[in-house]
Amino acid sequence: MNDVLTVRGLSVTVRDTALVSDVDLTVGAGERVGLIGESGSGKSLTALSILGLLPEDVRAGGSVRLDGVDHELVGADERRMSRVRGRDIAMVFQEPMTALNPTMRIGDQLAEAMLIHKTLAKPAARTAAADLLDRVQLPAETLRAYPHQLSGGQRQRVVLALALANDPALLICDEPTTALDVTVQALVLDLIVRGVVDRSSALLFITHDLAVVATVCERVLVMYGGRVVEAGPVAEVFTRPRHRYTEGLLAASDLETTSRRLTTIPGNVPPAGRFPSGCVFRTRCAHATALCEETPPWTGSETAGFACHHPAGVGND
Amino acid sequence: MILRLIERTGVFLVSLAVSSILVFAFMAVLPGDPARVALGVNASDEAVAELRRQFGLDRPLPTQYFDWLGGLLHGDLGTSYVSKVAIGPQVFDRLQVTLWLVVAGMIIALVVAAPAGTVMAARHRKISGLALSAFSQAGVAVPAFLAGILLIVVFAVRLGWLPANGWTPPAQDPTMFLKQLILPALSLGLVQGAVLTRYVRSAVLDVLREDYLRTARAKGLRPFQALWRHGLRNAAVPVVTVLGLQLATLLIGAVVVERVFVIPGLGSLLLDGVSNRDLLLVQDVVMVLVLAVLLVNFLVDLLYVALDPRLRTA
Ligand SMILES: Nc1ncnc2c1ncn2[C@@H]1O[C@H](COP(=O)(O)OP(=O)(O)O)[C@@H](O)[C@H]1O
Ligand code: SF4
Ligand SMILES: [Mg+2]
Repeated sequence: MNDVLTVRGLSVTVRDTALVSDVDLTVGAGERVGLIGESGSGKSLTALSILGLLPEDVRAGGSVRLDGVDHELVGADERRMSRVRGRDIAMVFQEPMTALNPTMRIGDQLAEAMLIHKTLAKPAARTAAADLLDRVQLPAETLRAYPHQLSGGQRQRVVLALALANDPALLICDEPTTALDVTVQALVLDLIVRGVVDRSSALLFITHDLAVVATVCERVLVMYGGRVVEAGPVAEVFTRPRHRYTEGLLAASDLETTSRRLTTIPGNVPPAGRFPSGCVFRTRCAHATALCEETPPWTGSETAGFACHHPAGVGND
Repeated sequence: MILRLIERTGVFLVSLAVSSILVFAFMAVLPGDPARVALGVNASDEAVAELRRQFGLDRPLPTQYFDWLGGLLHGDLGTSYVSKVAIGPQVFDRLQVTLWLVVAGMIIALVVAAPAGTVMAARHRKISGLALSAFSQAGVAVPAFLAGILLIVVFAVRLGWLPANGWTPPAQDPTMFLKQLILPALSLGLVQGAVLTRYVRSAVLDVLREDYLRTARAKGLRPFQALWRHGLRNAAVPVVTVLGLQLATLLIGAVVVERVFVIPGLGSLLLDGVSNRDLLLVQDVVMVLVLAVLLVNFLVDLLYVALDPRLRTA
């Protein structure tokens, strides 16, 4: 089976500052891949550059290809990208409170998603909108509601319904539950997974919550300092991390059953452009040596590997 | 929604009452006795007192105020102390002229500002956007009467395309009406348009930064489509506010522009009233102008509710 998304050597820069460097990322058809890392690691920018929706001034380089789309997505013009967006790739953003047009009824916003790509004609689009709402467990009356009449969780379900309207090959979710009440997070996560499984869509799921990745994703990529530092199957990476950053992340979360103490990675994520040369993690890494001043090479395959000079799980450290 | 309507109507009525008191009080404390003005400096005190009694100026001020207000409510604006002619019909005639001017000016302002402001916002980093910005900056600095004089010099005197001044009612000669309307309406509208452009620009810039516009593009809308379908109505809310405020400026502008173009509107009537010391006429015209401004702001409030559904439940 073909891979849905193939990202090669993706870089994102603003003026002369590199925000994301050399990211390789592959998502297979129907596969659910997680992208994790602390805030400021470059996860959102990676997602936005796949969709071609980077803010002004911010430029992407490298290659993004989508199965079934016969052109390069990086640098593609608006006319071509607008045909891909919402049809082949769709996205759910972090902030549901501001993601919907406050002056347009939910039904119209949903129907529009199908009308833009002419996947359905007008009367059918209205019926389909009701069906989409049903699939995210919202009543049909929601069609006539305005966004301000809905809660954050309900709005995020509408955004999800919007994103899934045209059965996209790839759904990107950027911290879709971070802004939500804990009580509704589980429901929204469940609807996301069900939504992509029902449609055989692939999922790129961005979060800094490792527990969520463990339940939602099959494979995971760890990002730090605008680079992918480790990748592999969730079970593998979470039980036997190789990169020292991944190791630190796991220790800081409660996933690690052996250590109950609340550990955090020392220091803070530097601001963009202030990451050290060589290994981007070396200013916070307890295992750093002079060797780490050189960029560590990628070890392993593209889908399972890491970039660390002194990986964990070798000796008894 | 009903609550808001009642509230807005209340605000409208109260501000109308307060401003009528202010207008009346201002005219009352102004030095100069209408009877003395009418009879001249050489008239005897007895004759002046007699005329004051005839005008009803000897009564207590509250009585005079309610008498005036009662008249206004019935459409009776009283009789001029100077010309002894009923003021109501004059004001009504002149008001129609001024309304043509103001409405035409407003339309020109909008037609200029909406596209120019949008392009400036959408291309605010590009040469075309910056060039438009410079133009509108220049426009903001030009007063309406100066624009009027410039337009007369170019289009009436030099090119001879349009009449330099005058006024013909539309019913009498529609072509002449339009020809004479163009230059004064342009001198009002272009200047207001330059000001409005800047507000449209900032409203559109704000909307462009909104998350829902990114959602619209993520759905597959191109940038201008997204702005058109999802930004327009949202950007309209702040622009409508400014439009309401601009109406007051346009009315003031009309007073001067009517002078420049020799147009028999409310502005000319007001200036005539001032130079003739026709105090009641001035008082009535000012009140009508105030009423017009308050009415527009009231309508703007209602328009918000139509534009923004969030206000309907509040
Ligand atoms: N428009 C921008 N201009 C400059 N820097 C930016 C811009 N957007 C994001 N950044 C910087 O890029 C880095 C990565 O951002 P982001 O991708 O949002 O991180 P994440 O989603 O992992 O939290 C951050 O340091 C952020 O400050
Ligand atoms: S390369 Fe060096 S600094 Fe970087 S994570 Fe590995 S040990 Fe730490
Ligand atoms: Mg982010």
